[in-house]
Amino acid sequence: MLPSLGYGILVITFLVTLYSVAIAIYGQAEKDGAMIESARRAMLITLPLITIASAILIYLLINDRYEVEYVWSVTNRTMPIYLKITAWWGGQPGSLLFWSWLLSAFTSAVTLRKWDRDRELLPWVLVVTGTTLAFFIALNVFYENPFKLIPAGVPIPLDGRGLNPLLRHPGMIIHPPAQYLGFVSVTIPYAFAIAALITGRTDDRWTRITRKWTLWAWLFLTLGLVLGMRWAYDVLGWGGYWGWDPVEIAALLPWLTLTAFLHSVMIQEKRNMLKQWNMILIILSFALVIFGTFLTRSGVLSSVHAFAESEIGPLFFLFIGFTFIVSFSLLIKRWPDLKSKIEMKSMLSREALFLLNNLLFLSILVISFWGVIFPLLSELFTGSKVTVGPPFYERATGPVWGALILLMGIAPLAAWGRSTVKTIGRAIWKPALAALLFPIFALTTGITNWIALIGFTLIGLVITVTVREFWIGANARSKNKRLNENLFTALLHLIKRNRRKYGGYIVHISMVLIGIGILGIELFQTDTQQHLGIGEEINLAGYTLRYDRLDQFRHEDGRLITRGEMALSKDGKYIETLAPRFDLYPDGQPMTIPAVRSTLVDDVYVILVNWEGITRESTPFKVYHNPLVKWVWIGSYLFVIGILIGVWKDEESKEV
Amino acid sequence: MKNSKFLIGGLLIVAAVVYLIVSSTTASAEYFMTIEEVVTQQDEILGKSLRISGAVLGDSISYDEETLTISFTVAHVTGDNDEIESSGGLAKVLHDAVREEDTPRLNILYMGPMPDLLQHEAQAIMTGHIEADGIFYADELLLKCPTKYEEAVPDQSETE
Repeated sequence: MLPSLGYGILVITFLVTLYSVAIAIYGQAEKDGAMIESARRAMLITLPLITIASAILIYLLINDRYEVEYVWSVTNRTMPIYLKITAWWGGQPGSLLFWSWLLSAFTSAVTLRKWDRDRELLPWVLVVTGTTLAFFIALNVFYENPFKLIPAGVPIPLDGRGLNPLLRHPGMIIHPPAQYLGFVSVTIPYAFAIAALITGRTDDRWTRITRKWTLWAWLFLTLGLVLGMRWAYDVLGWGGYWGWDPVEIAALLPWLTLTAFLHSVMIQEKRNMLKQWNMILIILSFALVIFGTFLTRSGVLSSVHAFAESEIGPLFFLFIGFTFIVSFSLLIKRWPDLKSKIEMKSMLSREALFLLNNLLFLSILVISFWGVIFPLLSELFTGSKVTVGPPFYERATGPVWGALILLMGIAPLAAWGRSTVKTIGRAIWKPALAALLFPIFALTTGITNWIALIGFTLIGLVITVTVREFWIGANARSKNKRLNENLFTALLHLIKRNRRKYGGYIVHISMVLIGIGILGIELFQTDTQQHLGIGEEINLAGYTLRYDRLDQFRHEDGRLITRGEMALSKDGKYIETLAPRFDLYPDGQPMTIPAVRSTLVDDVYVILVNWEGITRESTPFKVYHNPLVKWVWIGSYLFVIGILIGVWKDEESKEV
Repeated sequence: MKNSKFLIGGLLIVAAVVYLIVSSTTASAEYFMTIEEVVTQQDEILGKSLRISGAVLGDSISYDEETLTISFTVAHVTGDNDEIESSGGLAKVLHDAVREEDTPRLNILYMGPMPDLLQHEAQAIMTGHIEADGIFYADELLLKCPTKYEEAVPDQSETE
């Protein structure tokens, strides 16, 4: 009964969405306000409809209704309620429903607020988001029905198969929604861009309206990446957080285009340039978002993210192809209108450096994309199976990331319109000298790796240049007698008065802090693998780990836990006890849980190596020494703060 | 004049990216090859980075504890998954490869602790390169035990 109701609601939602799209187009063509109003109301109904469908699904999940295939495949009786709720997005059909729900919510938010203000663009925005929504709902209705019952005649299973144990982790509760929030929110600026193309309102209205949507999208895309990294580091037990897995790359690609977009949009607003370019970037971002969803949902690539193979893969390709053709046809039609009347004059002007930043982000995109398709191309044309692994990506993108960091150090000092080597040189020499303290400090700690020294110099430059920007602004305010501010309140007011600029600078700092962590683990990670008996020791990077005890016991949910205890010490001084674990679930799924001791300087990361067999006399341990990796997480926190500052309403800002 | 400056700059970036892609691809490309291909094309692939898989011959395993050097021989198995399925699964393919004496063989040298799973009829997946002496020097050695596959098979074939 309930499952049929849920499915029925999905079918109705699909029809309502189609109606809304069709009548919006018709209403625009006929200039009929009543029809457009009807389209808007229809779209607003989709949110409560999908919400009810989702609530039914969650109800079924919580109440162990195993006659529903999806419930059986992602939950079982031992799972706590919060995990049963999050199983909403734990499998293919449910996660597609989750996508639709988010998109419907965002579309409602857009159409409810400021409908009258943006009368011109919004009906078309509705058409674009409605088409996307119809596509995702159709996937649920025709191919991946979350309410599908188990075949008739088969007895209702007593217990479910349960969520993949790897996903039963707090990090996993927020990583997929964050990633999806990022993916889905890209749809909104894209919809406005297409609306601008259709209506011919090719000024910067659409970028101004969607500025915050873009920032939120960027925040969630970044959060999705970082949370995924953190989960991999804490749960997967391979000593790192990023493996250049195709699905990881698929999540990185829209991040790259959106980061480029965020920067070049500023040039459009300030200098009225690069309008065509911005259109290309947002169309690309949207296509890459759908592509990313496709990669995780279609099973074409084997990775930790892929669900079972599915027939919806080709549909995604059709949808991407469709949006691509429509978007670019519109773009070509409006191409002359989007031409800028202003020419770029100076190679060192702020806008030229922003353009360079864009090209560098796209370079990373091209390199990463090449890495993914190269094995396919190679097999197609030469017949030999070739692959490129992480060393390819590290080697090829490394210099480009370095150039981007250098740019972050220079661009804030360049003026709009015109800059010369002289004007930048005058501003940069002091921070550059101060930046040298970073590699010098590194040298004193014994680091002689030249890549690291260059990296630390560039990172130092970004930090000193950015701090100087804050200092100059705050200092000027505090010297102004009329304002009557001390240095600290001057700094706060400075940020408040131009949140976008200073929020951006905070994001810059957060990025280079993450850079410190990446340099640390990429260049200086060491590891060792040894068999130990109780009482024996492993030495690595100045640390000593003494193997003290081994326990094996069964958890109430049925998994067999093997737990080793090691005493960590340095220079003979005891620090703490690390307890790496190896859990074996009743269905045979193993899970290696590392024990980590993390400080600002380094992480000691220990795992029990599972597949070799574990006995008291001979227990295989693998120990990683990961220098500086904590800075990745510290930088990520700061990043969120920077974005939140940027996204907050400017005190002085006028409504567009 | 102004335009050409930007054009040259743009071309330089494109050239740099192409260089990075080409040089990194050649430096880190790993070729998937079967033992048979390695043995027959030995001279052409000297020093190239390869990824191979083969069936371990139990009698051939020798371990020098002083230098942590493991040497063993692997026999050719097909790289085609469909072919493995149609010949009765991986365990059977590995078993046949080891038993039949005319399958191509390759000697492997690997430095590291002795893995427990290195045993007769295990599947060894290795990355490394071959040298003029005809020995494959493995940098990385992954082992899959046939018994684990037997456990895995019914699980996979279970109807849902």
